[in-house]
Amino acid sequence: MTDAVFSVSFAGPLVTVQDAGRPGNMRYGVPASGPMDSLAYDAANAALGNLPGATAIEISLGGLMLQCKEGAVTLAITGGDFVVEHGAHKTSSWTVLTIHKGERLAIRAGKAGSWAYLAFAGSVESKDWLGRQATHSTSGFGGGALQAGQSLVISDAGIRDDRLGEIVQPDFTPEGPIRVVTGPQDHHFSAGAVERLLSEAYKVTDAYDRMGMRLKGPVLELDGALSIPSEPIVRGSIQVSGDGVPTILLADHQTTGGYPKIATVISCDTDRLAQFRAGHSLRFTSISSDHAIDDVRTLMGLKAQYLSQISVPRGSLAQRLMRENLLHGCVFD
Amino acid sequence: MEPQFRAIADHALLVSFAAEISEDTHAKVVALDTAIGANMPVGVIETVPALVNLLVSFDPIITDHIVVEDHVRSCLKDMEVGQVSGVRRHVHVCYEAPLAPDLNAVATATGLSIDAVINAHLAGDFHVLMYGFAPGYAYLSGVPEPIQVPRKSAPVRDVPAGSVIIAGPQCLITTLTMPTGWSIIGRSPTAILTGDPNHPFLFDVGDHLTFERIDLTTFERLNKGNCS
Repeated sequence: MTDAVFSVSFAGPLVTVQDAGRPGNMRYGVPASGPMDSLAYDAANAALGNLPGATAIEISLGGLMLQCKEGAVTLAITGGDFVVEHGAHKTSSWTVLTIHKGERLAIRAGKAGSWAYLAFAGSVESKDWLGRQATHSTSGFGGGALQAGQSLVISDAGIRDDRLGEIVQPDFTPEGPIRVVTGPQDHHFSAGAVERLLSEAYKVTDAYDRMGMRLKGPVLELDGALSIPSEPIVRGSIQVSGDGVPTILLADHQTTGGYPKIATVISCDTDRLAQFRAGHSLRFTSISSDHAIDDVRTLMGLKAQYLSQISVPRGSLAQRLMRENLLHGCVFD
Repeated sequence: MEPQFRAIADHALLVSFAAEISEDTHAKVVALDTAIGANMPVGVIETVPALVNLLVSFDPIITDHIVVEDHVRSCLKDMEVGQVSGVRRHVHVCYEAPLAPDLNAVATATGLSIDAVINAHLAGDFHVLMYGFAPGYAYLSGVPEPIQVPRKSAPVRDVPAGSVIIAGPQCLITTLTMPTGWSIIGRSPTAILTGDPNHPFLFDVGDHLTFERIDLTTFERLNKGNCS
């Protein structure tokens, strides 16, 4: 197999190389990074039959435009509802297509979603750091942010005709309020602050990047202690600064900090949270940590099933008919 | 105070030893970190030591808060506080212009001569408390009392990597070009991000550290070897 070479004609801010992330280094100040929406990222790789954790490109609302300079490759685009333009053909994210030498591909913010994923039937050539290509956006370590003018090389680029077309979207993403487990510093807040967080609506502001999402809404008053001895932060921690404004820490969060944390978003809900845009209104609901474990196990089961379904090649038309026929137990003449 | 356990979402447990920072408390954090590290239970991804507490992060598909808490309790019973001495690391520092833009201000604020500030800093016995803020940012305790100064009222932008900065009792060697409100008293050519895949960060939490003074010529020679 040969390489496919793209040139980046345009890349918005925070269009970065991401793999599944580098857990295990928080003790050195390094968060796991990796995709903001891990379900969409995993789906892009699954739809191409890639190994889980293969390196892909995370695309922000700023968008990405590529031109294929050499070779050809099949690629998958997932996440939110982004606009995808392949030459004159306009479609949306959750699609698999093949791009050839001379063709252009544009991925732009569409009706919904903050992050899209572009995975390739091949290997994305990029730098790694601590053995992973995931980009830590504040330092630029890892694969890094894409810049206009650079080239993007996909080695061992493959064509997967049996995978082209629309990707079935997950239908098990929970709806309703974002689930949190309260604490660990809920006791540092004035009476009623936790209740307020759980009963009032908050809005996503444009102070939103890979480090975190600042919210707007009723002030959460601290009870005296404006800061605590710096302690570990996780993806999903809701920290409250001195002005009573909550910020949810996300993929590139600082690993320790001294702002009290009123609650933590459970891992099941960080993917859909990350897809909200500025102005989106959201609510929180509190669940116990036991319940959170049950929820994540259920969701991971559904996710595994879904990924395995979309990872099956559709095959050629004849193969698809054959499969359908066999499944239904009757054969047409 | 008995150690306190708090469940963090569905994937971590926070073990806290005290509400306030003390050497004794930090020694407990390091002892527990070492004890768990020596016998990582199934499903535990990592432990994160901080000033008064330790985070134990786990895969909720494999284990849960109750199992992890049981394991931590047994580690607490067996651990020996104060037995972890850490390694002593040596870090070069140059206090000469233009690498030490705040040295004068620290001297003025403390009523000491510049040489006295430098000598006090060199005499400090620094101790790695935790990492945070950015990759490789190791918070060091041990700034001698006579040269402790508060944070500046406004942060300064684009402070170069390798800057040796102080605020209150804490000192830090920066690894990235970043803003800081701490006082910049020197620059180090010693790589904290080592580039060695087997030992990518120079310090472990619990290590001790001594600064060794170098002149500008030596700094420039040593700094050439670093790509960061």
